[in-house]
Amino acid sequence: MDERTIEWRPGVIDPSAVADHDDPLHGSLVEMNVGPSHPATHGVLRLRVLADGEVMHTVEPVIGYLHRGKEKTCESLGWRKFFVHTDRLDYLQPLMNNCGYAMALEKLAQLEVPERGQVIRVLLMETSRVMSHLIAIGVSAMDLGAVSMFFFTFNQREKIYDLLDAYTGHRMNNTYVRMGGVYADLEEELEARFEDFYDNFLAEVDQWEELLTGNRIWYERNRGIGVLSREEALAWCLSGPNLRGSGVALDLRKDEPYCGYEDYDFEVPIGEKGDAFDRYLVRIEELRQSARIAKQALARLRQTRGGEFLAEDRHYVLPRQSDVHSSMEELIHQFKIVTDMRLPEGEAYMGVESSKGELGFYVASDGSAHPLRCHIRAPSLMNIQVIPFLGEGKLLSDVVAVLGSLDFVMGEVDR
Amino acid sequence: MTAEVTPETTEPANATLERLRAGLEGLAVREVEARDGMPTLAIEPADALPVMTALRNACGFEILTLVTALDHDPDPPAPRFEMTWQLQSVQHGDRVRVHATLAGRGEGADDAPRVASVVSLWPGAAYGERECFDMFGVLFEGHENLKRILMPEAYDHHPLRKDFPHAGIEPDRLYKAWDRERRAPQGDGA
Repeated sequence: MDERTIEWRPGVIDPSAVADHDDPLHGSLVEMNVGPSHPATHGVLRLRVLADGEVMHTVEPVIGYLHRGKEKTCESLGWRKFFVHTDRLDYLQPLMNNCGYAMALEKLAQLEVPERGQVIRVLLMETSRVMSHLIAIGVSAMDLGAVSMFFFTFNQREKIYDLLDAYTGHRMNNTYVRMGGVYADLEEELEARFEDFYDNFLAEVDQWEELLTGNRIWYERNRGIGVLSREEALAWCLSGPNLRGSGVALDLRKDEPYCGYEDYDFEVPIGEKGDAFDRYLVRIEELRQSARIAKQALARLRQTRGGEFLAEDRHYVLPRQSDVHSSMEELIHQFKIVTDMRLPEGEAYMGVESSKGELGFYVASDGSAHPLRCHIRAPSLMNIQVIPFLGEGKLLSDVVAVLGSLDFVMGEVDR
Repeated sequence: MTAEVTPETTEPANATLERLRAGLEGLAVREVEARDGMPTLAIEPADALPVMTALRNACGFEILTLVTALDHDPDPPAPRFEMTWQLQSVQHGDRVRVHATLAGRGEGADDAPRVASVVSLWPGAAYGERECFDMFGVLFEGHENLKRILMPEAYDHHPLRKDFPHAGIEPDRLYKAWDRERRAPQGDGA
């Protein structure tokens, strides 16, 4: 423990936010760690904190505990084998990462995805968004003491896991998206199960809103906490629900549509005050909008039943296993793609609207089988970056509310 | 809480280029072709700060989406590091990418690749620049807190450089010294 006499840094601490000066701890700074292994830090985030009593004098995020060198791994493994690793970035929504990475490669290769493949991707991406928002809302409520909320949201998330298990064969880390489409078609019976889930889902969301939105404790803990103005949110390079909570209507699904999002009917919720409560409201509304998009996608799946879901391109897309066993050419294609898949020389960037914000893949190729560079623009890293700005001068318990409202996942931060 | 329906306007790439030409007049900027069709500029590293300032203030790019580097690893003495900044405009609904090739090859003490920091324009650039320093050894002038972010602070190497082995380099004092001590025969001599 490190104790020193306090020196107020002008402009950093808001005097009105300082706790009462009868606090016996007031005036001596105490250095302590929040995390790296603590439920409120949502993973292995460590906050190095200098506290004056209950008030945060300095908050410094220390990250890298989960660094696995994903970008270097991509350069080493090659384009195709990195799909498995994208699952482990934001492990709460593996299919969203798969889609983002696949679309970046498709942009570089200028490969078209058949319509049914795109619709299945939209369904998977919206389901991923729901999964991730369920964690964000449930866990941030649990951090502030509303433990039952966590079980309500996890209950629904479990149902989604059952659906994904039935489709992909895995509950987590699905790796079911490929360059040119998705690995397998969504069967009729599964479509019905997805439909059934989304039919019942909206009533659940209403129930959570009854539990939290009008709840006085939840309101008082979140309203006016972690306020980001429009300009501040832009300067801190935020994206996704955190940026929209501050009143900026930027949603890549509307502004730079991909996968045919321009044909879906949905709204982009934005907040007014830019505080933790607005960010929560945006996420709640996005659950409803995601369900709306997913239902439209399911309707399109009924129309395109039997259609192609994977592009026919023997430079990038593996042939069917049955063909490989019966045709010499297909065997050669398979061998070429697995051992030595090359992408054209050049650079491409693809940003998708993930649940945390803009998940971007910047890929650069020199035409060889190994990537020149694959940079992952992780929205969670940007979300973590504002913690000192929002936390300094505030109470420790408010920092917990801020952490929950920013929504990050360490797999993506540390990469 | 309001529900906003209308997306902000999206301009075609030509309009973006015209806006860039008007906003960057008098600055040494080259337009280059990118495979994904994004308007892309090439600048000299010395112009980084004025160009970025003009892009933010005159051209209306409010968000710095990413700042990263790339190691081309050519034979010396050709420059090897290339910086990439990518900006996004909310009001115009478009993006721009900026490249700068850095002179330093990072192979000696006075040979570090250097470029100006843009933290004064976007505080959100700080972590991206720290990551570039950590992974490539690029020094950002004007960055107040330029230290490692993902690797341990005592680490000596820059992992995303092409000459860094894929298997990694374990720093001696973090692991190997401990391991030698552990394996040393116990209780002989003394």
